[in-house]
Amino acid sequence: MREKSLRLVVAFPNTTNAMAMEKYCRQRGVGGRLIAVPPSITAGCGMAWCAEPEEEAAVKEVLNGQSIETEGIYRILL
Amino acid sequence: MIYFDSAATSYYRPESVALAVAEAVRHMGNSSRGLHGASLDASRTIYEVREKLGNMFGCGTSQIVFTSNVTESLNTVLCGLLRPGDHAVTTVLEHNSVLRPLYRLEQQGVEFSAAGCDELGNVSAQDIESLFQKNTRAVVCTHASNLTGNLTDIREIGRLAHERGILMIVDGAQTAGVFPVDLVKDHVDVFCFTGHKSLLGPQGTGGMAVRQGLLIAPLKTGGSGIKTFDRGQPEQMPERLEAGTLNGHGIAGLGAGIDYIRSQGMEKLRQKEQCLADMFYKGVREIPGVTLYGDFTKEERAPIVSLNIKEMRSGEVSCWLTEEYGICTRSGGHCAPLMHEAFGTKEQGMVRFSFSSFNTREQTEKAVEAVREIAES
Repeated sequence: MREKSLRLVVAFPNTTNAMAMEKYCRQRGVGGRLIAVPPSITAGCGMAWCAEPEEEAAVKEVLNGQSIETEGIYRILL
Repeated sequence: MIYFDSAATSYYRPESVALAVAEAVRHMGNSSRGLHGASLDASRTIYEVREKLGNMFGCGTSQIVFTSNVTESLNTVLCGLLRPGDHAVTTVLEHNSVLRPLYRLEQQGVEFSAAGCDELGNVSAQDIESLFQKNTRAVVCTHASNLTGNLTDIREIGRLAHERGILMIVDGAQTAGVFPVDLVKDHVDVFCFTGHKSLLGPQGTGGMAVRQGLLIAPLKTGGSGIKTFDRGQPEQMPERLEAGTLNGHGIAGLGAGIDYIRSQGMEKLRQKEQCLADMFYKGVREIPGVTLYGDFTKEERAPIVSLNIKEMRSGEVSCWLTEEYGICTRSGGHCAPLMHEAFGTKEQGMVRFSFSSFNTREQTEKAVEAVREIAES
């Protein structure tokens, strides 16, 4: 089993916002990757952005700069 | 073969469109249905095309909805916004993709009125305004007649509609990709487009640009890739109006078509099409026995020239053109019944020549000569 560590997880209302997040994080060199939204956040099959906690400021800059809608930013063990 | 039926669908397309579709067919999974590479490939491709269209029509990326064609878009919008007791205003220029949903809604208690046109096929914003009633919910009108190429002044119509709190819905089948449209500047709430005409994408692609905040009841419900355990369709746009697997392969091709338009310049492509249409118009207008339909006094018009030769049936002329000259045109009613009634051409129909930026002056000269020979025969 993979060891869990604290991660920053951004949940999105839909796929379009998740894809925008990936595009603009990549474009600006902000670390992270798309994951399936953890069930502790919501049941279903949406996407979330997972990054190291220290990326929080950069992640928020991308969210605000691109007007990306979220359903919350969480710190959870993954 | 010389193809002058681009108002029906594009025949000449950039090679990049075919390559993009082929690449997508080979590698693309189902968009928004997983985190594996093939699915993400589809999600990324579709996102990129959505973003390009949002930039083209002046709306947010999430406000671009993909459908299978403009007919589906118009059905979705009209059935999703109009309720029994509502009134809508349209025009006699419309295609059946607008009229038939309205006739069906009429049976369910929606009223509508159609603004008439002048002898050249123009409809005025003031004529549309004169039909507004207390219960008018929406104006739905074409941006350009698919029969004459005449443009409607959507900005002025939209302005008048919005002054009264009335929604403005535009059928952009003949203009998306060649005429600039901006939802905000043009006072448009929903702009419906098809992907396979001037946007140069494959058939089976289309969509709509929806003003932020406008809620349209879904026509279809089903899989969305999100909110699986909700019983209803998600509220979020675009998933709200996109139940089921999207045509990712086609949308990839549509993206290549948009890239081509951006690389060439929309204005340059439009000028070339208009130049060829104008050259054809000037070539045939003096030929005895030729009757032309539409307003050719205006420079800005969709590149369409419809005509008849003497009393000949339009279908006969169109067959003659294809069999003897290899020239492809569209004859008959063009799914625009009220326009033909206005021109008195219900029986004869019209022969429609519609031009693409891929057509040439030589092809256009041949078409003029073909019309001359048929008229002189």
